[in-house]
Amino acid sequence: MLRRILGRGQPVAAGVPAATAEPTQPLETETEKHDYAVASEWELMWYKFKRHRLALICGVVVLLLYVVAAFVEFIAPYNPEAQNPAAAYQAPTRVHFVDAEGNFHLQPFVYGTTSQRNPDTFELEFVEDTSVIHPLQLFVRGDSYRMWGLFDANLHLFGVEDPNVRLYLLGADRQGRDMFSRIVHGTRISMSIGLVGVVMSFVIGIVVGGISGYFGGTVDLVVQRIIEFIRSMPTIPLWLGLAAALPADWSILQIYFAITVILSLIGWTGLAQVVRGRALALREEDFIMAARLSGTSRTRIIVRHMVPSFMSHIIAALTLAVPEMIIAETALSFLGLGLRYPAISWGVLLQEAQNLRSIALAPWLLAPGAMVVIAVLALNFFGDGLRDAADPYKR
Amino acid sequence: MGRYIIQRIVLTIPTIFAISIVSFVIIQLPPGDFLTAYITTLESGGQVVDQAQIDALRNQYGLGEPVHIQYLKWISRTLVGDFGYSFQWQRPVSELIGERMLMTIILSVASLLLVWAISLPIGIYSAVKQYSPGDYFFTFISFIGLGIPNFLLALVLMWWAYSYLGMSVGGLFSQQYADAPWSLARVLDLLAHLWIPAIVLAVGGIAGLIRIMRANLLDELPRLYVTTARAKGMKEGRLVLKYPVRVALNPFVSTIGWTLPGLVSGSIIVSVVLNLPTTGPMLLTALQSQDMYLAGAILLLLSVLTVIGTLISDILLAWLDPRIRFN
Amino acid sequence: MQNQTVPSDSPLLELRDLRTGFALREGYVKAVDGASFSVARGETIGVVGESGCGKSITARTILRIAGTNDSELGGEALFRRRTRDGRPGEVVDLLKLAPNGREIRSIRGAEIAMIFQEPMTAFSPVHTIGNQIIEAIQLHHPVSKDEARATAIDMLRRVEMSNAERRIDAYPHQLSGGMRQRAMIAMALVCRPQLLLADEPTTALDVTTQAQILALIRQLKAELGMSVMMITHDLGVVAETAQNVAVMYLGKVVEYADVRALFHDPKHPYTQALLASIPKLGREAGARLHPVKGMVPSPFNRPRGCPFNTRCPKAMPGVCDVDMPGPTTIKPGHTVSCFLYGAGDTRTEAAQ
Repeated sequence: MLRRILGRGQPVAAGVPAATAEPTQPLETETEKHDYAVASEWELMWYKFKRHRLALICGVVVLLLYVVAAFVEFIAPYNPEAQNPAAAYQAPTRVHFVDAEGNFHLQPFVYGTTSQRNPDTFELEFVEDTSVIHPLQLFVRGDSYRMWGLFDANLHLFGVEDPNVRLYLLGADRQGRDMFSRIVHGTRISMSIGLVGVVMSFVIGIVVGGISGYFGGTVDLVVQRIIEFIRSMPTIPLWLGLAAALPADWSILQIYFAITVILSLIGWTGLAQVVRGRALALREEDFIMAARLSGTSRTRIIVRHMVPSFMSHIIAALTLAVPEMIIAETALSFLGLGLRYPAISWGVLLQEAQNLRSIALAPWLLAPGAMVVIAVLALNFFGDGLRDAADPYKR
Repeated sequence: MGRYIIQRIVLTIPTIFAISIVSFVIIQLPPGDFLTAYITTLESGGQVVDQAQIDALRNQYGLGEPVHIQYLKWISRTLVGDFGYSFQWQRPVSELIGERMLMTIILSVASLLLVWAISLPIGIYSAVKQYSPGDYFFTFISFIGLGIPNFLLALVLMWWAYSYLGMSVGGLFSQQYADAPWSLARVLDLLAHLWIPAIVLAVGGIAGLIRIMRANLLDELPRLYVTTARAKGMKEGRLVLKYPVRVALNPFVSTIGWTLPGLVSGSIIVSVVLNLPTTGPMLLTALQSQDMYLAGAILLLLSVLTVIGTLISDILLAWLDPRIRFN
Repeated sequence: MQNQTVPSDSPLLELRDLRTGFALREGYVKAVDGASFSVARGETIGVVGESGCGKSITARTILRIAGTNDSELGGEALFRRRTRDGRPGEVVDLLKLAPNGREIRSIRGAEIAMIFQEPMTAFSPVHTIGNQIIEAIQLHHPVSKDEARATAIDMLRRVEMSNAERRIDAYPHQLSGGMRQRAMIAMALVCRPQLLLADEPTTALDVTTQAQILALIRQLKAELGMSVMMITHDLGVVAETAQNVAVMYLGKVVEYADVRALFHDPKHPYTQALLASIPKLGREAGARLHPVKGMVPSPFNRPRGCPFNTRCPKAMPGVCDVDMPGPTTIKPGHTVSCFLYGAGDTRTEAAQ
């Protein structure tokens, strides 16, 4: 929700220093000379975006997250629901390069673990069995899955060949399920719900904001009052209230879409304001006036002239709205009013971490939270870079 | 000024009306009416339900009548402070939420003050020393702060305090004061507990407002009136505080319009995590058990409080900015 | 700081080869590039030129408010300070004073004041004009708030602000443009400075108000016995107010003369071009006005040699685009930097 703030903020400072530290340096180095005179607007944006190292890196992270979201079954080493009572709250498996005898191995490996109950504390304790080395391998056969509902497969990106040795990169949860596989699976819902929610908000936002900005006058006034009204309400209670009304017997898919609809019903206002602001600014531009004077129809002006010229700003605003949605979904699911088991999202996974005793016992239950933070930060920096680049002529 | 205030107060009336409708709609959303749910709960608990009592309730809330009549009955009783009956707690809603509402207000206002007290000086520093190492540091920190949802921060803080400091950071009171009547000792106890949730809640707002104050002040610093003041022979420090900071303060104050809803929002979920006696956990359980009069009252009051907070900030803004006051 | 023995008729302000440069991201800008002229006590000097010729920066450099600390200054700006009892005091080089230090701040506002082109934005929008004028007084004089207020009202009356007792509590947005400029002048003159730097004081005003403001400045100048540096692109304003004129082009003073000589016998092709671009009484009806052709070159891309050679109708290839001419004295009090009149008295800048 606080993302809105940045709408008025400065460009990411992290991107600026290179240009200001040595003010006497010419704008572009020799190796990086671009022909600004003939570059299209998109090319200019790309030149400018490239200069923001951090935004570029974050862009790659975002891309990576969506690639993971697309191939979760292949990337996760195990079926996220595969339980193993003997491994409850097992700590993350240590990946070794040096074995118990002190020999170095180029290929990383793990040891199998055995668990036993401590007779005094009744807690499970895990001991590494250093007799056998289990190398980590790429493309191993393991749990079978149905890829995209199209075909069956059992190939996984990496893993351990021996089915009796379980690899818990990020530890195990209460039921001995592999947290890493679960987090990878959570990526799909968490990352996509932001995207779908933003697309929905965007449709509402662009229609309402565009109309408001283009027609101005009374229409604008009414719409602005509505937006102000929605923005003056605390969002989480509203989300909670709406989410609580969802029938308990709905399927995952129904709940998923209902949640996105709820998020976007309240979240569209920020986008609408960006659209309106741009539309108001554009209305005054000479080329819009020229189009109007030459008798172009309103629809044509909006579609042919206005939309292309604020597309870049919109893309930036959309990127910046995605993390808001991700946080909202996480919060709802965390509170138990969003997605529910058997759906897997980072928020659903975090429900396990609600109990202080479980976190104290297994801090890795907070790992999905770390993923949320990584995704949100990456999207924020990426979006900020985009927004700065959206004005290729402005420095 | 007086006219402006009246005008502004009049404008909030339709907003509050709209809020009441939204709250009512949310109460009505769950399938079936709450009374049926209530009866089912009672019967499953093995209690005998008195038909006369049910009929009385049905009549009181206007169930079975058209929706707009139900709304009118609900709103007219709400206006005189009767928020209905909580079936889960078996007590009138107004009895339940009084102190919790107060705690929500205290927590939100404390966070708001914290947000301002921290972000204002840092924002000024960042703008005046633009591109200095300090500016980069705060910029970086504030971006991180913006990226961390506050309930996660609360979770991590709780875990850290429990595992490494061996203390529990939940709650707003020590045990002996939790249900004690108000006294100075209780207030002090509250203050001793309040700062942790207040900080957790404030982090996002602080991060955001640092960015805003910095940007606003950077807009103002190159303005001609700053040069004029410099040409008068003013000292630089006093000059910055008296003129550009003063002007940049106006949009800063106006951000309360969304800082406050954000804090109230955040307080709900942070309260759930930190187990604070605010309206948050109560709203959550009320929604989960479809105790709709309780949920509706909390929703309505939270939103109305936010609107009133925004109203106060607008009046404050008009007092600060003569351009608004005189137009 | 330097203490020199100077004759009592020495100028109030003497600029010697004043240079101001800014290191910007786009490159280094020589905003003022060797400006030399002096301002006598009680004199009004006009500084003219097109936009971007360094006129404003010259004035701001004198007050040391040109840009931030990253501006580079060169040359000298010798200013004769005033002693406490109002007599001429020591001479200081303004450029050598610590930026924002005590001494420059005691000069700003008190001895050298400045008024700006935009009276709207030159006042803080959230303080009353009275507040801002009283502050100017109290910065330099240890007087009570009431005394300062009385002085401020008196000053507002002198700038012919009607209803001064009430207007003093007005906010800038409540006043008209002309009123605001009057308030601005009141604020600048309230400490009775020796020198007023007027940066396009009438440009933003309508014609009637312009004339009133100019008359007001003239009148107050006579009353207070101060000197005025009138910075303008409007030769009409110069003709009306100034005794001497410095014509600036790309940070250099290309011609300096008394106002009569400048209008009747302009020497520099740039001055001639400027004069040809304004309408004149007595000129033949139907005669064409000639705008100065071309645009002022980008400060990042200064032409080699004489800065005007790219636009000069009399440019001599091989001469003007190679070296910078130095100032040549045509007659006492009239100098011009142009190869048409010689390479300069003192030096040629071929080395540069």
